[in-house]
Amino acid sequence: MAHIELKNIKKSFGLVDVIKGVDLEIFSGEFMVFVGPSGCGKSTLLRLMAGLEDITSGEMTFDGTLVNALAPSKRGIAMVFQSYALYPHMTVYENMAFGLELAKSSKETIKERVEKAAELLQITPYLSRLPKQLSGGQRQRVAIGRAIVRDPKVFLFDEPLSNLDAALRVATRLEIAKLHHAMNSATMVYVTHDQVEAMTLADRICVLRDGLVEQVGTPLELYENPQSLFVAGFIGSPKMNFLNGEIASKFGANTIGVRSEHIEIADRDGAWKGKVVHSESLGSDSYVYVDIGAGGDPIIVRQEGTHMHQPDADISIAPIPGKVYRFDKAGKPVKN
Amino acid sequence: MTVEATAGQAVRTQPKIESELLKSRVGAAMWFLLPMLAALAVVAGWPLLRTIYFSLTNASLTNLYEADFVGFKNYLNWTTLKSGRTVFSGLLVDPAWWNAVGNTLRFAVISVTLETVLGMVVALVLNAEFKGRGIVRAAILIPWAIPTIVSAKMWSWMLNDQFGIINDLFMKLGLISHKTAWTASADTAMTAVLIVDIWKTTPFMALLILAGLQMIPKDIYEAAEIDGVHPVKVFFKVTLPLVRPALMVAVIFRLLDAMRIFDLIYVLTPNSAATKTMSVISRENLFDFDKFAYGSAQSTFLFLMIAVMTGLYIWLGKVRFDGGDR
Repeated sequence: MAHIELKNIKKSFGLVDVIKGVDLEIFSGEFMVFVGPSGCGKSTLLRLMAGLEDITSGEMTFDGTLVNALAPSKRGIAMVFQSYALYPHMTVYENMAFGLELAKSSKETIKERVEKAAELLQITPYLSRLPKQLSGGQRQRVAIGRAIVRDPKVFLFDEPLSNLDAALRVATRLEIAKLHHAMNSATMVYVTHDQVEAMTLADRICVLRDGLVEQVGTPLELYENPQSLFVAGFIGSPKMNFLNGEIASKFGANTIGVRSEHIEIADRDGAWKGKVVHSESLGSDSYVYVDIGAGGDPIIVRQEGTHMHQPDADISIAPIPGKVYRFDKAGKPVKN
Repeated sequence: MTVEATAGQAVRTQPKIESELLKSRVGAAMWFLLPMLAALAVVAGWPLLRTIYFSLTNASLTNLYEADFVGFKNYLNWTTLKSGRTVFSGLLVDPAWWNAVGNTLRFAVISVTLETVLGMVVALVLNAEFKGRGIVRAAILIPWAIPTIVSAKMWSWMLNDQFGIINDLFMKLGLISHKTAWTASADTAMTAVLIVDIWKTTPFMALLILAGLQMIPKDIYEAAEIDGVHPVKVFFKVTLPLVRPALMVAVIFRLLDAMRIFDLIYVLTPNSAATKTMSVISRENLFDFDKFAYGSAQSTFLFLMIAVMTGLYIWLGKVRFDGGDR
């Protein structure tokens, strides 16, 4: 339960500016996801919020209180690390209780809180084990449990799913979503480079690029109204198709973008003719890669259901009217 | 364990291929180990066996090869006099020897303890990030890199009662009222030896501990910082348990070294009963006093002590050299 405000936050490591002036408001109880390519500063921003790094300039407030110089333990936060950061020589129980012992809680209170968190995360049977006796997914749940027992106002997640395999990632993602519902008063800030995680978990997403905020909005806002070429390309899977040159200028833009789900296989006026490069059938969907001779990457077209296309077959594709994103030379949307 | 278990299963399902693979692996291992085993047998095994053999004879420097076998007489011997009194002799009842054993143990325990504590402090400092850390790390090794004979001579001049800089300094600072013969006086000789050894060996200890410290992942400390754990508690509850395997190995190395201490004492405080250690006294018997067999017995005793101590230490300290806990 904390309202977080970042005002012109900057961070430099020596001569390298990593965060170049971020203004951001995170509402109380919100699930905010920082997303961006590696090196965009998203983890650094999270570590600034945690207090693990010093803010070079700017103001950060939690519920109106300036926290710039506040020690991590005084901020009412808990953090879940990518590498779990469990104490390897302590049992699961000791890992979760270690931070509480210092807070002068009574033994009964500690036991109660640890057991409650363990139950929530279904790790009760493992409480007496060492971290090395657990699987990656179990370890990450212990790390999340350690965060829960602190009963923080703000949860900080630093790419918590990156070290898990694909199936576990989906399962743990669900756990985190459930956790957010269960603790709806806590503010959560989550860093990831995976836009699917961002889309599925976030109340709002903050897309970062090169130490600056590119766009902040709900997942659907970002999907439907990307405010830059970068966001358009980053959000959505498969990546949005971009076309330049003559085709784009017909639409009055420098670059146009069409999502694969917004292209039909149809031979109508203004359709693009080309050849099939490759097709992938995933069962529920099929993806067709089409080369229309415009240079660049082949265009990806999504079809529902199973469809087979022979390589080198002739094909006509057309964007659904009104679903074409237009961008100017600076990568900003063209306004009519 | 897991590797062995899976290998065992594989043997059952595919016996032929696995056994051939195993055979070639064992064969390769043998070839790699053979030169080392041969070298060890020549430079360590044979001299050790010879020493043990000589300790059971009446060998002297002038009569090495025609020595007679006398059993354990060098260790303990007794003769009953006509008056009916039994007189014991040999290593086990030799006060000079037990004085040397006491000196060695005192030296080993005090020096290794202080070196471990100081080495830990230095390692913690070097583990922190600061500018010029690389240079400091290299510079701190200098005392360790100087040959012991050189540093012992250097310190013996510094500690000299007439011209030594330390007496001069202490006099000028008013710490002492008259010049002290640090290395020659029986009261201070052991302290002098300890100071020089700690000065020389703490860097080595620090580097071994530093290597252990660097194996501890950084994010654990960040987690502790967020948990608000006091740094002192972090040291005792997180750093110390995690660095323990490396620390144990370092302590064993140092302890074995300290038990064998010779060169520093031989140069710094020659012929002082206050500092004479087992190595020093056995060399004295072997070569200076022409009691070759007796010196051999002392060497053998020293070897046995070190072997037993190492075994005990590994067992009690639950050290496993592969890094994990038992």
